[in-house]
Amino acid sequence: MPTTASAASAFADVTASDGALRRFLHGLPGVDAVGLEARAASLGTRSIKTTAKAYAIDLAISMIDLTTLEGADTPGKVRALAAKAVNPDPTDRTTPTTAAVCVYPDMVATAKAAVAGSGVKVASVATAFPAGRAALPVKLADTADAIAAGADEIDMVIDRGAFLAGHYLKVYEQIAAIKAECGDRARLKVIFETGELSTYDNIRRASWLGMMAGADFIKTSTGKVAVNATPANTLLMLEAVRDFRAQTGVQIGVKPAGGIRNTKEAIKFLVLVNETVGEDWLDNHWFRFGASSLLNDLLMQRQKLATGRYSGPDYVTVD
Amino acid sequence: MSEQQTRLNVFKTYKLYVGGKFPRSESGRVYEVSDSKGKWLANAPLSSRKDARDAVVAARKAFGGWAGATAYNRGQILYRVAEMLEGRRDQFVREVADAEGLSKSKAAVVVDAAIDRWVWYAGWTDKIAQVVGGANPVAGPYFNLSSPEPTGVVTVVAPQDSSFLGLVSVIAPVIATGNTAVVIASEKSPLPALSLGEVLATSDLPGGVVNILSGKAAEMGPHLAAHQDVNAIDLTGATEGDLARELEIAAADNLKRVLRPRSEDFNESPGTDRMTAFLETKTVWHPTGSLGASGSSY
Repeated sequence: MPTTASAASAFADVTASDGALRRFLHGLPGVDAVGLEARAASLGTRSIKTTAKAYAIDLAISMIDLTTLEGADTPGKVRALAAKAVNPDPTDRTTPTTAAVCVYPDMVATAKAAVAGSGVKVASVATAFPAGRAALPVKLADTADAIAAGADEIDMVIDRGAFLAGHYLKVYEQIAAIKAECGDRARLKVIFETGELSTYDNIRRASWLGMMAGADFIKTSTGKVAVNATPANTLLMLEAVRDFRAQTGVQIGVKPAGGIRNTKEAIKFLVLVNETVGEDWLDNHWFRFGASSLLNDLLMQRQKLATGRYSGPDYVTVD
Repeated sequence: MSEQQTRLNVFKTYKLYVGGKFPRSESGRVYEVSDSKGKWLANAPLSSRKDARDAVVAARKAFGGWAGATAYNRGQILYRVAEMLEGRRDQFVREVADAEGLSKSKAAVVVDAAIDRWVWYAGWTDKIAQVVGGANPVAGPYFNLSSPEPTGVVTVVAPQDSSFLGLVSVIAPVIATGNTAVVIASEKSPLPALSLGEVLATSDLPGGVVNILSGKAAEMGPHLAAHQDVNAIDLTGATEGDLARELEIAAADNLKRVLRPRSEDFNESPGTDRMTAFLETKTVWHPTGSLGASGSSY
């Protein structure tokens, strides 16, 4: 598979100037909003039962970036979260681990120590999360700090202000700079905050902008605004990574985050993935859920399938 | 258009009452409900195990607020339910007469008794603690207090024959003490129960405190009895075959409190048994403070 560097060089002429980049992004086909939402809704009606459901639940658990991004995060809370990521259901050791824990940069070292040896990765938000309103040197320092502390993955936010003002090249250069900082040491997830981008056309443009700039993952939202991941905006981003791979051969991951709270919704997203980009993405290297309470619901459903009895919130952790 | 044109009947769609809302059954199924002579009355939703699951989620969500409300406040709300029932007395008289094959006057007696029962239980909300709780004498400088606490989410299999008075007599004691309820209405005559949902929705009772499902106790019962998030089960209406025994066995898994079916005349004064069946006693020790030279801190 070609490296990301060659993808960047494939778009060298597009990203040569602000004007060229704008022409390219605005030249992307417009999104049929009604059609997109109808398609996402119709894929949400699939009935996934019994063994397929059991498979989907385990897959979804293994795709979770178990997240805590609060001002009140303490080392104790992060350690508790990490323990849950490593061993989600202590009563059933066949439960897969989650993909990663996602924390603020200052908690990376704590999280890294807590998941050591388990295969669970540590993702850190960076670049003045969640607003992204800081100068580039500050964002770079934030990123370097997280990587130095041991982060395996960096979740950066784009500068929505610059994007909405049409300064696409500025956004591009910032993503590229953060990508250069990550290098081979960390995978880069780029958060668009789709709830602030206003239109589906903007989400498509942001997706291409992020992918051209070297993102390893494109991610819907921070979880800090009213509208987070929806089936429609995730479908749109999945179409973007599908088209990007068709054009460049480079595969990019997708991470819907925020607002996915129960098993039924999570399985709908997995159906979207399977029907849009196929099995290549049905793996936690290429698809993630940014979530916290989702895991509890998945565990309760898993217990129901295993025992035949409905489970309850008394049998999972409070977090 | 002719003046004499006969007016078309407006039939009522009976729906479930779950989480303060009136959904149809998730399964989309209904079954025919007929009166005591076999005449069709209405279609009632035939609830599935998933409706039962949703009802438990709603009941669990409502539990904290309802158990945490003051006893006085709960009493006011239960009294409000009685007020609302009084306003729809005629409707319930008609429904009870149809369901149980009673004359209008006999049905009216039953409905009045049911309304009075709400009032009776409304009065108990802030008195039950004095009856079953209290200060215990201990040999040390401590207060030792026992207080009754609600058990949690209670599944109620409502009586099959007494479709309204019996129903009220099993729901009111459960919620009076702060529990929340998932009720499986009488299979044969669920209409008074479904109408009761409409009354509860307009009585300041928080959504989810009472959830009413119509359908087969034999279908939903096993799932509710085995449900890990249900804390107690009242088997009063589980009279079909071996059902009560099966449900009791399933309920043992997470140590649910079980109220076994027994022969009961709902016309008689009920006593406090049904309330205490779903209460747990919490006992706390509290230091009285250091003792003074006189042997007392007061």
